[in-house]
Amino acid sequence: MTTLDSSKEIQKNNSEINETHEDFRMFGLITFLIADGMTFAGFFAAYLTYKAVNPLPDGAIYELELPIPTLNTILLLVSSATFHKAGKALLKDKNSDSQKWLFFTAFLGIIFLICQLFEYFNLPFGLTDNLFASTFYALTGFHGLHVTLGTLMILIIAWQSRINGGRLNSQNIFPLEAVELYWHFVDGIWVILFIILYLL
Amino acid sequence: MTISIDPQKTNNKSLQPKGWLRYFSFSLDHKVIGIQYLVCGFLFYLIGGTLASAIRIELASPMSDFMPRDVYNQVLTLHGTIMIFLWIVPVVNGAFGNYLIPFYVGARDMAFPRLNAVAFWLIPPSGLMLVASYFVEGAAQAGWTAYPPLSITTPQSGQIIWILSVLLLGGSSIFGGINFIATIIKLRRPGLKLMQLPMYCWAMLGTSLLVVLSTPVLAGTLILLSFDIIANTGFFNPVLGGNVVVYQHLFWFYSHPAVYIMVLPAFGLVSEILPVHARKPLFGYTTMVFSIMGIVVLGLVVWAHHMFTSGTPPWMRLFFTIATAFIAVPTGIKFFNWVATLWGGKISINSAMLFSCGFIINFVFGGITGVALAQVPFDIHVHDTYFVVAHFHYIVYGGTVFIIFSSIYHWFPKVTGKMLNEKFGILHFIITFIGFNLCFAPQHWLGLNGMPRRVAEYDPQFQFINQISSIGALLMAISTIPFLINIFLSVRNGKDAGDNPWNALTPEWLTSSPPPVENWEEEAPLVEEPYGYGKQFSEQK
Repeated sequence: MTTLDSSKEIQKNNSEINETHEDFRMFGLITFLIADGMTFAGFFAAYLTYKAVNPLPDGAIYELELPIPTLNTILLLVSSATFHKAGKALLKDKNSDSQKWLFFTAFLGIIFLICQLFEYFNLPFGLTDNLFASTFYALTGFHGLHVTLGTLMILIIAWQSRINGGRLNSQNIFPLEAVELYWHFVDGIWVILFIILYLL
Repeated sequence: MTISIDPQKTNNKSLQPKGWLRYFSFSLDHKVIGIQYLVCGFLFYLIGGTLASAIRIELASPMSDFMPRDVYNQVLTLHGTIMIFLWIVPVVNGAFGNYLIPFYVGARDMAFPRLNAVAFWLIPPSGLMLVASYFVEGAAQAGWTAYPPLSITTPQSGQIIWILSVLLLGGSSIFGGINFIATIIKLRRPGLKLMQLPMYCWAMLGTSLLVVLSTPVLAGTLILLSFDIIANTGFFNPVLGGNVVVYQHLFWFYSHPAVYIMVLPAFGLVSEILPVHARKPLFGYTTMVFSIMGIVVLGLVVWAHHMFTSGTPPWMRLFFTIATAFIAVPTGIKFFNWVATLWGGKISINSAMLFSCGFIINFVFGGITGVALAQVPFDIHVHDTYFVVAHFHYIVYGGTVFIIFSSIYHWFPKVTGKMLNEKFGILHFIITFIGFNLCFAPQHWLGLNGMPRRVAEYDPQFQFINQISSIGALLMAISTIPFLINIFLSVRNGKDAGDNPWNALTPEWLTSSPPPVENWEEEAPLVEEPYGYGKQFSEQK
């Protein structure tokens, strides 16, 4: 009897102190992404300053090839669209559709990373060759790290929506939305990076 | 979509150990984490203070007889790093923020309790790692700024551990900042408007904005610096085509706001303490809020005033001089508001009040020398001399650490349910205040006369003033003893405090002391005006 009584007591207490709040997890994520964006802003500022005041030594002019990064830009932009598709499908409770789109997005991310590695192996300069080379690898490498983490997270939520079908659904869409926001952020950073590193 | 914040389910606090043991556990309770921050920070303060005493003993005589020169540099680096990254920033933000902010917004915990615990538990290991880096071969000796090329050319194993440790502490700081912003903006109890929040909430909101915007830049910079050391890249190495001034820009983009990250929470705390002990509402609440936001905006655009001697172009010097001088405006508003709060109040002379008044006096001193330092010709004259050391310590010790002690005296009854002994407290204040001013005021003279900082040996003509300064430092070291005795005696058998010993009006005093695990037994009380002192009085009239 005592156990019954105490459980009732706990329930009563719970309902008393149970408060509902607006979901602020997305707000926290946005704050984190602002912080992360500031890291990139610091790198960009350093790169642009080097470009302005520290010219390369004579005979060390490196032209970057455009085809692979352009392909990579397209890959990331398409992957943003496919990720959006996944979210739409999940909202309509079409779990298997959503999962297909997620796997396709992760696939695009992996292709991006493979292309980037291919580019690295075919560049005529290494990390320590000169200041431009160091900055180039630091910027693209740090972005590649973000893509790697994003791809892993996409695979994780795709896997979550697979098992027993209940982890991700139209009621619990937050994990997908969070990763989607992160992925759009990484895409946006790539567009800025592409413009100032390859086009300027 | 709404999610339920049910502490019993989300935090499982009922399973946490009770009593003093909970302070040694991975607790998710914001009050426990706050006290953990405070105690951990204070232990590092003792280490950093010991190092400071060693520095002053060395400087009591002109030659380097107590420590060899490179040991002096290592001690100096460790002192600066510990005091900033392990004592002041974690304590004014983490300790008091975690303890007070949920009370002030009417919540039962921070917005992200697990992230909060992660933020705290990054500190002890990285702090120990920093201290341990002193004992490896070649400890960091490039100062807390780690300027290259010095940090690249000096022995490197210690420097790498230093960088790693500061990166982890920066991560802890960012997690804390995200948590504070989310708590203050999103977790306020329904009906509580932003302009009804106590000043400390506004100060922490401003501080957290600075943390989120500037700490990542330091992280990126230190990652590049570690590449320079490990992988032999040349970002900041002039021999390899790099640019040391870029490091300075990026570093000060964090480290100038870091001054406000240390001082803004102190502004908030003193705005909580003064009205209670002067029995008057805070003067000019709205101007206080806007001056905090003004300091945040201006604080982000003045970093290059640390670099007037680094070959900064004249237009840049002009811009940063003017921007820096402008910060004196919001800071001056705050200062006059504090004085106006005291004006005509029923001031009770106790340790918390004394430390707060000491803060105001010291801060005026530090602020005025700060405006002087913002002027290019004067800055070029005293750059890298003891004038800068004196100014900096007036802000950071005379400002922030005085407020940390004031806050400890103010909130100790709430945390423990016991009163602190006022006689010990006043003794602590007198020794600290005399020692502090004896130590740092003469250093203005040293700087004006050209004694460089960060060196173990100096011209014998400066010996007498240096000895006075060393005596002051000794007094500051001694002042810790009555404080520690006071804490230990009062925790064991202090007077019972009751719920609200100061008759304060902010929400944390409306619950029992010490507060229950969920902060309030029932619904959170709604405090319409935290600074409504004298309102009843005027109504009676």
